[in-house]
Amino acid sequence: MAVEKRVLFKSWWLPWVLIAPQMAVILVFFFWPAGQALYQSVLQQDAFGTTTEFVGWQNFQRLWDDETYLASFKTTAVFSILVAGCGLSIALLLAVMADRVVRGAAIYKTLLIWPYAVAPAVAGVLWLFMFAPSVGIVSYALRALGFDWNHLLNGTHAMSLIVMAAVWKQISYNFLFFLAGLQSIPKSLIEAAAIDGARPWRRFWTIVFPLLTPTTFFLLVINIVYAFFDTFAIVDAATNGGPGKDTAILVYKVYYDGFKALDMGGSAAQSVVLMAIVVALTVVQFRYVEKKVQY
Amino acid sequence: MKPSRLALPCLVLGAALAGPAQAQTEIQWWHSMGGALGEWVNDLAKDYNASQKDYKIVPTFKGSYDESMTAAIAAFRAGNAPHILQVFEVGTATMMASKGAVVPVGKVMADAGQKFDPKIYVPAVAGYYTAPNGQMLSFPFNSSTPVFFYNKDAFKAAGLDPEKAPGTWPEVALAAAKLKASGHKCPFTTSWQSWTQLESFSAWHNVEFATKRNGFGGLDTRLAFNTPLHVRHIENLANMAKQGLFVYKGRGNAADATFVSGECAMATATSALYGSIKRNSKFASGISTLPYYPDVPGAPQNTVIGGASLWVMSGKKPAEYKGVAQFFAHLSKADVAAASHQRTGYLPVTLPSFELTEKSGFYKQNPGTDVSVTQMIRKTTDKSRGIRLGNFVQIRTIIDEEMENVWSGKKSAQEGIEAAVKRGNEQLERFEKANKS
Repeated sequence: MAVEKRVLFKSWWLPWVLIAPQMAVILVFFFWPAGQALYQSVLQQDAFGTTTEFVGWQNFQRLWDDETYLASFKTTAVFSILVAGCGLSIALLLAVMADRVVRGAAIYKTLLIWPYAVAPAVAGVLWLFMFAPSVGIVSYALRALGFDWNHLLNGTHAMSLIVMAAVWKQISYNFLFFLAGLQSIPKSLIEAAAIDGARPWRRFWTIVFPLLTPTTFFLLVINIVYAFFDTFAIVDAATNGGPGKDTAILVYKVYYDGFKALDMGGSAAQSVVLMAIVVALTVVQFRYVEKKVQY
Repeated sequence: MKPSRLALPCLVLGAALAGPAQAQTEIQWWHSMGGALGEWVNDLAKDYNASQKDYKIVPTFKGSYDESMTAAIAAFRAGNAPHILQVFEVGTATMMASKGAVVPVGKVMADAGQKFDPKIYVPAVAGYYTAPNGQMLSFPFNSSTPVFFYNKDAFKAAGLDPEKAPGTWPEVALAAAKLKASGHKCPFTTSWQSWTQLESFSAWHNVEFATKRNGFGGLDTRLAFNTPLHVRHIENLANMAKQGLFVYKGRGNAADATFVSGECAMATATSALYGSIKRNSKFASGISTLPYYPDVPGAPQNTVIGGASLWVMSGKKPAEYKGVAQFFAHLSKADVAAASHQRTGYLPVTLPSFELTEKSGFYKQNPGTDVSVTQMIRKTTDKSRGIRLGNFVQIRTIIDEEMENVWSGKKSAQEGIEAAVKRGNEQLERFEKANKS
């Protein structure tokens, strides 16, 4: 199935020049900060950086000794699976629906893409307002239905809240890619199946979904990375990691220790751990999950 | 990021205002006073700038306390820190440990030849910001202390005497039960649970919150709030929470708004909430001293301070430090300090400003505004002088987390407190190790 496409350049330097801007961006914005994090993770500094001491593995040692840090791995796993799972399935559903709409399709699509323009912190505050136990409109409605919503003290509620905010924020992105994927599936394939008597449900699972796997796989990687790295602002705005530590995902602790507690070394050590996890996850995804992808 | 986005218009505005006056020495002042308090800070700068021609104070709002501290640290590392930085009380130990980054206020005043008498400052406040050698390290700008607020209208509706605030914790529970019986959904709540229910609670009952005189005696201090008295109080609150008498409204000052809006009828909160209540609430309210347990000998003692102080950053020109010194002297003037105290509900900075306020009849016209002062202006003991701990920001968060586990019933009061002490002590040990040299 895989056909390799190769473009041959006549001169040896042209490809390098063409790739140089991208490489420069990656070096400056990815490798350099990552290197800084590695370096900082073996140092201990006071808040103002006036004294610096090399402490070796101590920052990491401290993390392994901290039960709450180990517990937050589980919290992060639950959170990431929920965010990626819900985000992908809801977006796919919406994309399939939007793909079938004929009249006013542009309006629906624009509306669905909208949330992507909202900053994570704003998304967190927005959902917080809707679900605030005393003034939130949703919690008010829930209470009217006899459901006592209180994410301030109920860990499950708090987790649901940040998952909803994180998913809501990411759905547009997933939706865009799914929609593009759907539109690139040749109509003739689906029509042929329909003539053969396949019902819509069967057509979706035997034709559409397999052809969407490259998109799904790409989005899975992106969503996992998003859940791991980009969600601290939502947690910070909506729950502060509480109640207790029920929503303190790894990246939130990185943010908290670095920017609130001013413990640069500890924060850097955590981001190194986080980096290792995401690298490992991505490798696993490319090694094993990609085998099931049909290009 | 939030701070920089807010800061930009301020900087532009500051720069625009500063345009024509080239000869003036500009002094940057980063603060965290929003809303009504932000107007107060701007007015202070405006009045000072109008009073003389040599210096120009440029106040800049940098977001919440932790945001402006982070911003200042980043600026310091990049070599362009402000002259004056407002730092909240829990950041005090961090600032004290950062010797190269700050200049003690006592030294700034002496170098500038400014007349400076540390004795005029309210002892319980100034003592908190003074080094063991007696030198004042930061300027006690806005100090508050937790007080008890109650909604008089709600009290009336519940058949309680609106002129008599519950003075003890058993009375609070009784009043809360009556409020609940009258249909009130949130009889009692609290802001800053660690500060009000554990830190001030300890000083108020004259028991230690941490060993080594609450951290004043050295970095080898350890948390000590796992006594039977503390457990009893947290257990009491947890029981109230179970019965719907105490309603938890979140960390930090989240509960403040629920009192101002009338949703909650009683609250322990900062005395600086006074200005906001006066401006925004639509009911009659009262201020009273913090409740205590009457069977504890020595209670009530005094409460501990919160709020913030002004730190002077290092690496500036002597002429600029002169301006800083002059500005601090201006803020310490009896009339200026008295006006600030009356406007905000923060404690008076100096004793003369307190006396001036008293003489003016302000406390008589605004009953309850003197509660914070009387709670603070007392002879303090070694156990009640204040609490000065390293990594205090993290310790407060740990206490928040563990208390939430108690309020939700996940842990008992004893378990929650023991866990908070254990986890908090790890922070203290680390701070001790990092700052040994």
